[in-house]
Amino acid sequence: MAHVVAGSECWAFTGGASEFDIEASTVRDLIQALDARFPGLGEFIDRRMAFAIDGEIHQDAWFSPIGPKSEVYLIPKIGGG
Amino acid sequence: MSETLERPAAKADLQVVGTRPIRPDGADKVTGRAAYGADFNMPGQLVGKVLRSPHAHARIVSIDASKAKALPGAKAVVTAADFPDLASEVLEGGEQASNLRDLSLNVMARGKALYHGHAVAAVAAISSEVADEALSRIKVTYEVLPHVTEVEAAMAPDAPLLHDHLFTEGLEARPDKPSNVARRHRNLRGDPEAAFADADVVVEGRYVTPPVHQGYIEPQACVAAWAEDGRCDVWSSSQGQFMVRTYCAKVLGVEISDIRVTPAEIGGGFGGKTTVYLEPLALALSRASGHPVKMVMTREEVFRATGPTSGSVMNVRFGAKKDGTITAAEVELKFQAGAFPGSPVGAACMTALACYDVPNFLITGYDVVNNTPKVAAYRAPGAPIAAFAVESAIDDLARALSMDPIALREKNAVRDGTKASYGPTYQNIGYVETLAAIRDSEHYKAPLGPNQGRGVAVGFWFNVGGESTAAVNIAEDGSAVVVTGNPDIGGSRASMAMMAAETLGIPVERVRPMVADTASIGYSMLTGGSRTTFATGMAVVQAAEKVIADLKARAAKLWDVPADQVEWRGGEAICLDPKADKKPLTLETLAAQSARTGGPIAAQVSINAQGAGPGFGVHLCDVEVDPETGQVSVVRYTAAQDVGRAIHPSYVEGQVQGGVAQGVGWALNEEYIFDAQGQMENPGFLDYRMPVASDLPMLDAILVEVPNPRHPYGAKGVGEVPIVPPLAAVANALRGATGVRIPALPLSPPKVLAALDGAKAG
Amino acid sequence: MSKIHVTTTVNGDPAEFLATPGMTLLDALRDELGLTGAKEGCGSGDCGACSVIVDGRLVCSCLMLAAEAEGQRVETIEGMAQNGQLHPLQQKFLEHAALQCGFCTPGLLMGAKALLDSNPDPTETEARYFLAGNLCRCTGYDKVIRAVLDAAAELRQERTPA
Repeated sequence: MAHVVAGSECWAFTGGASEFDIEASTVRDLIQALDARFPGLGEFIDRRMAFAIDGEIHQDAWFSPIGPKSEVYLIPKIGGG
Repeated sequence: MSETLERPAAKADLQVVGTRPIRPDGADKVTGRAAYGADFNMPGQLVGKVLRSPHAHARIVSIDASKAKALPGAKAVVTAADFPDLASEVLEGGEQASNLRDLSLNVMARGKALYHGHAVAAVAAISSEVADEALSRIKVTYEVLPHVTEVEAAMAPDAPLLHDHLFTEGLEARPDKPSNVARRHRNLRGDPEAAFADADVVVEGRYVTPPVHQGYIEPQACVAAWAEDGRCDVWSSSQGQFMVRTYCAKVLGVEISDIRVTPAEIGGGFGGKTTVYLEPLALALSRASGHPVKMVMTREEVFRATGPTSGSVMNVRFGAKKDGTITAAEVELKFQAGAFPGSPVGAACMTALACYDVPNFLITGYDVVNNTPKVAAYRAPGAPIAAFAVESAIDDLARALSMDPIALREKNAVRDGTKASYGPTYQNIGYVETLAAIRDSEHYKAPLGPNQGRGVAVGFWFNVGGESTAAVNIAEDGSAVVVTGNPDIGGSRASMAMMAAETLGIPVERVRPMVADTASIGYSMLTGGSRTTFATGMAVVQAAEKVIADLKARAAKLWDVPADQVEWRGGEAICLDPKADKKPLTLETLAAQSARTGGPIAAQVSINAQGAGPGFGVHLCDVEVDPETGQVSVVRYTAAQDVGRAIHPSYVEGQVQGGVAQGVGWALNEEYIFDAQGQMENPGFLDYRMPVASDLPMLDAILVEVPNPRHPYGAKGVGEVPIVPPLAAVANALRGATGVRIPALPLSPPKVLAALDGAKAG
Repeated sequence: MSKIHVTTTVNGDPAEFLATPGMTLLDALRDELGLTGAKEGCGSGDCGACSVIVDGRLVCSCLMLAAEAEGQRVETIEGMAQNGQLHPLQQKFLEHAALQCGFCTPGLLMGAKALLDSNPDPTETEARYFLAGNLCRCTGYDKVIRAVLDAAAELRQERTPA
């Protein structure tokens, strides 16, 4: 089970909960699993959030692998000037 | 891909990367030939101009353009009625992602004007004079509304509301009343209150920064033509031709592929050209008039209606043990977004403590709309603002602890394996190496003169990757053309050519880089986020590797040996089988034979690059204060930065020096000044005072190289980090020189003099 | 509004154009003569991107009326390189990487030429003050000043008989 940490951006969907253990082997799996648990959260994180998997930020990357013991942080997508 | 590349390649093996060739676009730029946004004309073009709101907040009751339309030579007038009324839709692309509806409403006001300078109508006419006359004949009836410019005033419960539909996001429960606070960000770790109670030393401060503009010297400019069959051509100066294409298509409601955008040379952007203002108007005017339309902003329009970045009010508190261990932090950031949501406060929250390993903290950020121009990205959006507050407080903490400011930062520094304040765990970062570079510099040990002070500050930026396309086309003589879809703001064509040359094993002079229009290369995200050398460079290297794989396959066929018996080295195919006794085949030879061995040699690669390495900078600034006038002069400056690996060191140094200069301007002089009616009082370079050559000393750049293993040549983004530390580095130097902490920017002579007088009186 | 016939010299060649009474020299160069090397960054004489040399004097062409060019000698960036050879200032700007976006570069080069025409051996401080009317937002001026001082040294060497 990957350990997933979501910030205040997601509270509207999670009712304030921030940490979850999720069975997922890719980012897309994770999005679907979170959406099943919190309807609407999947689309929101797909559009607005990046996925820091074991320290490396993956943005718009459905097939990035997630390991069974991975730690995944959901952080707002990064842009820049 | 190619097996010949060690990732990242060892420095000793590099022939081109790390050298300083003449930039490939240089001759055009020193002779005046390079064509920028306003340098292009189409036959039969009209002049387009914009009518702007004279009120900071007003309901648009009616617009009567009949007298303008009747003017001989006036060919078209457009208002919001000529654009589709779009639904709310998030446009992806980073933490400052625009809402499509907001973007459209910013391009042309609908129903309400939300800031002084907001576009309410546009005209196209046969000359500039006729266009001006037409603008004066448009009668707009306004109902003036109360306005609000300051961020805390906009947050007050009784503040004038900009948007009736705006409810604060990011709260535990949806609020029942609309507000100017678009979003609250919150990031909590550990138990900060308990840690503060347990701390030996606590410092705190309240910090204020004004809105500042990106200050690119080239005003926005474009030419647009709408053909009778619905195809559109746009020539414009922007940070992304594909961004212009998408935004125009959405704002006008047309097919994306019906629009072709050709990127002009761009005269500076710094984030400010990551959105559109004129292009949709020029297209709408072209559609209405049947002529191409050229639009060029005046400098006053640039100030009143584009950019800036947020003004802010910030509260910061740190708690530490006697030995300097920081145990608690509290950071509150209130940022102006301008007329629509989307300040960079989210990124500011994420970067605020990114250099520190703090076990307990609470970071809160507020994105607040107000009646000033909608902010646009500005170089490391949000990070310099937060760093001004945090690094000022850290400087005060060092004084309270009687610790060396670098030693304090080293004691609390993030390292590989540290969990960043914004979540992920750092890998391959070069922060402590960068601190050491400043600690060990001659500058750090040099004595100070009278009325001088020295300041240290650090800064962080994520750097990003993203979608990029690159093509490598080999000509019949073995020279190469590299094509990308990223406008070159600061020398990226040089780095693209160098990475291609390095990979192909040919001299850089044999590689010609170019930036193509949206019909001639695959999609690429805009130039921003310090992504181009990293992400587009990665696409270039992969396209070159694809070319090499093709060359090796052809050589293997020519030699009748298995493909794995061919290696590409030094621009030649080499046969590894000693028995075959084959002389190497050069790129020239293979290129000349290409028709007979399978056709042209070319490859295009499109990627979504991941693995950008974050960047850290450590800056050291000496200032001298004139006690009679309060004028602060920067007399010495050294900036060290982990750049991964510098592809072209001169242009990396240039990025560092340019970021420092912008940051010094932000620290000392630059600010938007609004009058009581919400009108900017200083919309020109005389009164909006950016640094000139005589304001600055030489700016020393130290490039620290901790390679990024996810890039073939180890590159990390470099363009944004350098503007993060200077605000606080200057403020801390001033604190050192005077003994007075001035927590509000800019540190302009009247403010400094007042603070010095206050300290004497106090 | 009747137009004024202006006869002038641009980069050594005779030039003539019709100007409205309010037309700036910058607009005449860019729109009437097709010389777009001089840029408009502000229109108020604050940024120096439109710098040209008129009868040996450095001017902001956005502040000078086109009609005032009658009978004058106008030098623009387009005339700086001679016979396909870059001027030492242009060459040194490239060698020192003294430009990024390049928008201010034509104005800075004209400013630097005016400096070296009047002062072949400027100090760093003199160069900084002389060029204080040319805004550059990209470089922080470091490499610009180095390029100017290096070009000055080279030009002095060229003038010294061997």
